[in-house]
Amino acid sequence: MHTQLTINGENHDLEADERTTLLDALRQHLRLTGTKKGCDHGQCGACTVIVNGRRINSCLTLACMHDGDEIVTIEGIGTATDLSVLQQAFLSADGFQCGYCTPGQICSATAMLEEVKAGWPSHVSDRLDGAPELSDEEIGERMSGNLCRCACYPNIVAAIRAAAGSAA
Amino acid sequence: MTAYLKMDEPDRRNRLDSMAQGVIGQPLDRMEGPLKVSGTARYAHEWPVERLCHAVLVRSTIARGHVVRIDRSPVEAMDGVLAVIDDDRLLRNPAQGTAGKAPVQGPREIFYVGQPLALVVAESFEQARHAATQLRIETMATEAVLDPESESTDRERPEGKQTSQGDLDRAMAEASHSIDAVYHTPGHSSAAMEPHAAIAQWDGDDLTVHASCQMLKYNQEELADALGIDAGRVRIVSPYVGGGFGSKLGIAHDAVAAAIAARAVGRPVALALSRRQVFETTMRRSESRQRIRLAADADGLLTGLGHEALVSQLPGETFSEPVAQATHFLYAAENREIIHEIVRLNRTCAGSVRAPGEAIGMTVLETAMDELAVKAGIDPVALRKRNIPDKDPEDQRPFSSHMLDQALDRGAELFDWQRRRPEPRSTRRGEWLIGLGMSSAARVNSLMQAESRVTLGGEGVRIETDMTDIGTGTYTVLAQIAGEMLGVPMDRITTVLGDTDLPPGPGSGGSWGASSTGSAVYVACEEIRARIARKLGCRAEDLTLKDGHAITGNRSTALGELIGDAPISVRGVVEPGGTSKKVRQSTYGAFFAEVAVNDVTAEVRVRRMLGVFAAGRILNAKTARSQCLGGMTFGIGMALTEELIHDPRDGSIVNRDLAEYHLPVNADVPQLEVELLEERDPWASPIQAKGIGELGISGAAACINNAVFNACGVRVRSYPVTLDKILAEL
Repeated sequence: MHTQLTINGENHDLEADERTTLLDALRQHLRLTGTKKGCDHGQCGACTVIVNGRRINSCLTLACMHDGDEIVTIEGIGTATDLSVLQQAFLSADGFQCGYCTPGQICSATAMLEEVKAGWPSHVSDRLDGAPELSDEEIGERMSGNLCRCACYPNIVAAIRAAAGSAA
Repeated sequence: MTAYLKMDEPDRRNRLDSMAQGVIGQPLDRMEGPLKVSGTARYAHEWPVERLCHAVLVRSTIARGHVVRIDRSPVEAMDGVLAVIDDDRLLRNPAQGTAGKAPVQGPREIFYVGQPLALVVAESFEQARHAATQLRIETMATEAVLDPESESTDRERPEGKQTSQGDLDRAMAEASHSIDAVYHTPGHSSAAMEPHAAIAQWDGDDLTVHASCQMLKYNQEELADALGIDAGRVRIVSPYVGGGFGSKLGIAHDAVAAAIAARAVGRPVALALSRRQVFETTMRRSESRQRIRLAADADGLLTGLGHEALVSQLPGETFSEPVAQATHFLYAAENREIIHEIVRLNRTCAGSVRAPGEAIGMTVLETAMDELAVKAGIDPVALRKRNIPDKDPEDQRPFSSHMLDQALDRGAELFDWQRRRPEPRSTRRGEWLIGLGMSSAARVNSLMQAESRVTLGGEGVRIETDMTDIGTGTYTVLAQIAGEMLGVPMDRITTVLGDTDLPPGPGSGGSWGASSTGSAVYVACEEIRARIARKLGCRAEDLTLKDGHAITGNRSTALGELIGDAPISVRGVVEPGGTSKKVRQSTYGAFFAEVAVNDVTAEVRVRRMLGVFAAGRILNAKTARSQCLGGMTFGIGMALTEELIHDPRDGSIVNRDLAEYHLPVNADVPQLEVELLEERDPWASPIQAKGIGELGISGAAACINNAVFNACGVRVRSYPVTLDKILAEL
């Protein structure tokens, strides 16, 4: 089945089985292996990518459902020699150990910061309107869809806090 | 050239402290970090391989029995299917850590639900996955053993794992204060984020496997033995491993099945376990029933200590969770009884999950110690300090170093422990009851044989070993050791890991990786220093190496100039020796937690948590701290949410995925604090370092449980401390 995807600003013509998830399309067909498979069931967040500006679990959606969509993966956020502010913050704060959940964490955090800027409330927000303050509690709540078994959560929160602060 | 050290004597020279580069111990960023944060570090399933096809395992739905017939032809006729394989060499169980030989094989005899029986190989993953669901395997079920605590099931008491000293019954009878209680801990899953995966390819009779493995030297032997080929024909490559926590110590189903399949279809084969397969076919930590007896005099001095543990395992496996490993030496008590029992069950293979033994043994012992503190009316910190032995209470060996007392004091000070109100239900914030708890940490320490090649060339230093970095910081800490010893800046050091073509080490496990392989690097560097000194005509002790220069007296020579076109390459070998036997080696620490328990719903939230740890020389303060954060977070999971639930009808794991087996998530974990104590342990290794990867979990869950008691007055003796158990007593 043919699907046209824009990934990190580049057009890709994908020819794949209709059962192929967006995650497997990225990893197996397009060799964009930065996006990770941790559970294949939307339970861990390792496969988080940004589709049309919103973070999603790429294992829970079929590639053929994304014809014409704009997708940003970790490869589009920054490179090893030109890291984004968040990537650099993860490196400095040691916001990872084994590194397997890390691309998902960073894609998730990149989109999450935009959600906060747009005024989206969360379960722990004091109020439903106005700009939520990016407290540690807000970061923890909004990042709880991304599991990290090395358990770098305190460092992940510190990295996001630092990156958000330096961007402001 | 080889430099060799057998660790027979303590090394008190602390050579790393007298070097000039100033990088050892520094909180440097991970060297491989830019690759990981940009998604370009390559894990097992991600290697670009031409003509790759995909395999998916098909598994047992019964707990005990055998395969009668596999109806292969309908599946073989399906789109894209290349083969259906039920080779006798397929594993029944994965290998245990450091096995170095094939684990139990033969998929036709069934021992647990989820056991792999066959695999389907197809052109694409989607085809293989679908075809695997269509494969009909006829089985014959026989009776399974499923209840770990049934009185009618035989219990083994292995010799050498039992201790009896003095008269514990009498000590209990004569005690001023005593505790005699039974505790339960559930099974746990390592649940590393990267599922086990392998890509196998043959070149003639030579096999290369890209896999997610923790201990390559052993894994190479295990894989070769399982396939019936010479180990020299097997190469395993694992430069990046997406977490292990024990689950990737031994060779597992993925690598063996992929290798067999690749041979059968004559093409490279990729096989990744699904998350459910990880839960059901790789190692679980055994559940345990533990009885603790504590006898104390009026001042809280222990006169008797009993620790009885019952754990489970599949028939025939030699590993069993060494529950009382630290109980043997943690507290003094003249009368002692330690009992280790194993029941043989038809459940997924039991094996190492982070800190096998201490993770659950220390947790239960430290819960019981809290109960004793309450009963005796003694502060829990004071009770522990009072019972620290001055030598091993069972075999009278001296301790290599012992920092429990300091860790307890430092932790109490940092956590403002003196503000704790001993009476439960004393502190309330609205609906929430606040409580403080603490526990001791201990984990045995060991050095393993390790090799590493260090090459000093004009461009800088290259370190090569088959050691793995599973998130432990190996790339960086090995470079810091070499950088310090050889006076070379970090940006001119390359660490190459995770390839069986490189000098072998003990791998990542048992917390021994950094101290063992790091010592091999150190030994090689000492020899390189000696050779530089000879070239300069000075003594090695009078040589200063800094920023790529050799300085003796008032003469400074660039290393590049000194070496010219002839790099110095030394293979460093370290081997454990007398120091492993003459003294008792352990790491120590203390945990402190503040929790809130909701007085209406019994929900528990961890508000603050501190860990103070002593593990000898800290090689990198940043990566060591992160290892501790990880251990403490495992502790939060053990305390509150993690529990493998087995179906009593067939022993299968009911909550076999990440939606139902609850790892701590970001919102469950506050800003944990970690304090690393300054220590050098001369007996542990020539770099005076000990292991730190598992210390952070060894007793951690108890401080949370003890804080729950302090908050609300409910004592839970069955982990995890879920709200239903509290609510019933609230």
